[in-house]
Amino acid sequence: MARQGKQEILEGATAVAHAVARCRPEVVAAYPITPQTHISEELSTIVADGELDAEFVKVESEFGAASVVLGASAAGVRAYTATSSQGLMLMAEVLWNMAGMRLPVVLACANRSVSAPLSIWCDHQDAESIRDCGVIQIYAEDAQEACDQHVIAFKVAEDRRVLLPVMVNLDGFLLTHVFEPVELPDQAITDKFLGKYEAAFKLDIDNPMSFGCFTEPDKCMEGRWMIHDAALRSLGVIEEVSANFLKAFGRNAGGHLEEYKSKDADTILIAKGSICGTIKDVIDQARDKGRKVGLVRIKTFRPFPRAALLAALRGAKQIAVIEKGGSFGAGGVVTPEVKEVLYDAGLHIPVSGFCVQIGGREVPADGIAEIIERVSKGEKQTAYEWFRLKKELLPDLVPND
Amino acid sequence: MEVAGAKLKIGRPRSLLAARTHYCAGCGHGVVHRIIAEIIDEWGLRGQTIGMAPVGCAVLMYQYLDIDMCESPHGRTPEVAAGIKRARPDKLVFSYQGDGDLAAIGMGEIIHVANRGEPISVIFINNAIYGMTGGQMAPTTVPGQKTTTTPQGRSVTGEGFPIRVCELLATLEKPVYLERTVLGAPKEITRTKNAIKKSFRVQRELKAFSLVEILSPCPTYWRVSPDKSVKYIETWMEKIFPPGVIKDTTK
Repeated sequence: MARQGKQEILEGATAVAHAVARCRPEVVAAYPITPQTHISEELSTIVADGELDAEFVKVESEFGAASVVLGASAAGVRAYTATSSQGLMLMAEVLWNMAGMRLPVVLACANRSVSAPLSIWCDHQDAESIRDCGVIQIYAEDAQEACDQHVIAFKVAEDRRVLLPVMVNLDGFLLTHVFEPVELPDQAITDKFLGKYEAAFKLDIDNPMSFGCFTEPDKCMEGRWMIHDAALRSLGVIEEVSANFLKAFGRNAGGHLEEYKSKDADTILIAKGSICGTIKDVIDQARDKGRKVGLVRIKTFRPFPRAALLAALRGAKQIAVIEKGGSFGAGGVVTPEVKEVLYDAGLHIPVSGFCVQIGGREVPADGIAEIIERVSKGEKQTAYEWFRLKKELLPDLVPND
Repeated sequence: MEVAGAKLKIGRPRSLLAARTHYCAGCGHGVVHRIIAEIIDEWGLRGQTIGMAPVGCAVLMYQYLDIDMCESPHGRTPEVAAGIKRARPDKLVFSYQGDGDLAAIGMGEIIHVANRGEPISVIFINNAIYGMTGGQMAPTTVPGQKTTTTPQGRSVTGEGFPIRVCELLATLEKPVYLERTVLGAPKEITRTKNAIKKSFRVQRELKAFSLVEILSPCPTYWRVSPDKSVKYIETWMEKIFPPGVIKDTTK
């Protein structure tokens, strides 16, 4: 099935920039931020070299970048931006506007920890903290998938049944700065796959229209419901576009979930992003020892693929959710959503949540093995555990239980 | 290293920590850090000074200065400094920013802090490039200058002209002292030190806003050697950003 195209050894961010260029956005605006910078830098080179006929706007901030692409999209062209961490925080207000105006902007987030304390390394708290704004969120495991998901992102965003921004998440440094073999999306196939962009709604004097208008309480709720409805509808569209992508490109990059050895598994791990590579290795080792362990990797996080997740988890005896973030004062972010899916289906499968990585601290394979071991043994369900927290670093005022 | 018979004439200021530098060879940040430390020592203000570190190359500034320092979101540094100063008007409060921090993402903040006449001192390092993220175009990048986002040189058609921060702020009523200096010959460095001193004095005595813009070398991302970078400032930057007192109503 897999089409054997030309593979190149490319840095993740560079590869993403070239994949984006092949989607032919007409306006790109970005502000440098580690570890995203190489995506926008490479795009500026591609534009300067005349390989992409686009406006590249060197704006003063991420707030400006998001606003430029909002305007470009409202004016009826395909638009793209990329950011990370603090930059995404600064874009947040604009992202709510983009979703509300139903603009099919595509952006990348090189996932990085949010200040303070200041950290440039990877976790998922940046993207998760804008979870509720109506932007579709998909997560890549490797550079190839990050490239392919950009093509899928434009197709899904621009689908008339959706018309929402789509954010492709790729782990900062772990994917942006690592060199991997990548087959860039073929230009001719990409052109055919995406088609020439025709905006569903745009600013046009022959057909006057306004975006983001003031609403009274009698209408606002319905406008917001339409965002929710479109996001839910995008679940089917993502499946459809992913299937078409597989047919066109010969690579399986989309979909909501990847089910890795989970069909007959007693213990199922759930995670998203590049950590899944490590988890799969550990699962292989556990399988060699006869352990029935599997992974369900979340690729689509918003909208939350409830039905697919329920089907994937139904047979599990116990579940461990491995996260790179959390909601301070509450617990996990993904963990409670998994529990909700199971609870609503009347299933009482124990679910333990583990925060394994904040600010770039790596969880090695033995950490994943430990979680599998503990959960498989039927250890009492944990609400949300900050895994391997260095208690010796905590000041005395924190109870050291 | 001690040398027999030699007498130490000048040492490390007490307020400057013995930290290994993370700055590139020929970078101007270290010089300005030292100047600040010297002034704090000379005036005996080590326990009375609060500094604001920027986001940019000087993000780790608190590792070099032995005073209280605070980080802020990118570009919001002068507003955070204004908040500190309003809460503790007795302290010497300075904001230290680069051109990405002050003239790009934080342009709104610097204008409004200056316009309100917040009694803080702003030290503005202008090296015409984004250093921390690897040499992209800044608002202060000079026309024709090659950066990673302007590989063919900054074009004024699509990217505009360099922003002159001192001249921009000089149109406001409240700032009382705005000077642009250069990190070049020793006498220029002395002039820079005197300008920062004056800015601190303006804050303490006149309770007014002031800013010192310092043209500073970035050999790494200008792709020139440290010694040639001084010439680079003279040839390229000073034409766009003329050094001197831009506004002074202290007299």
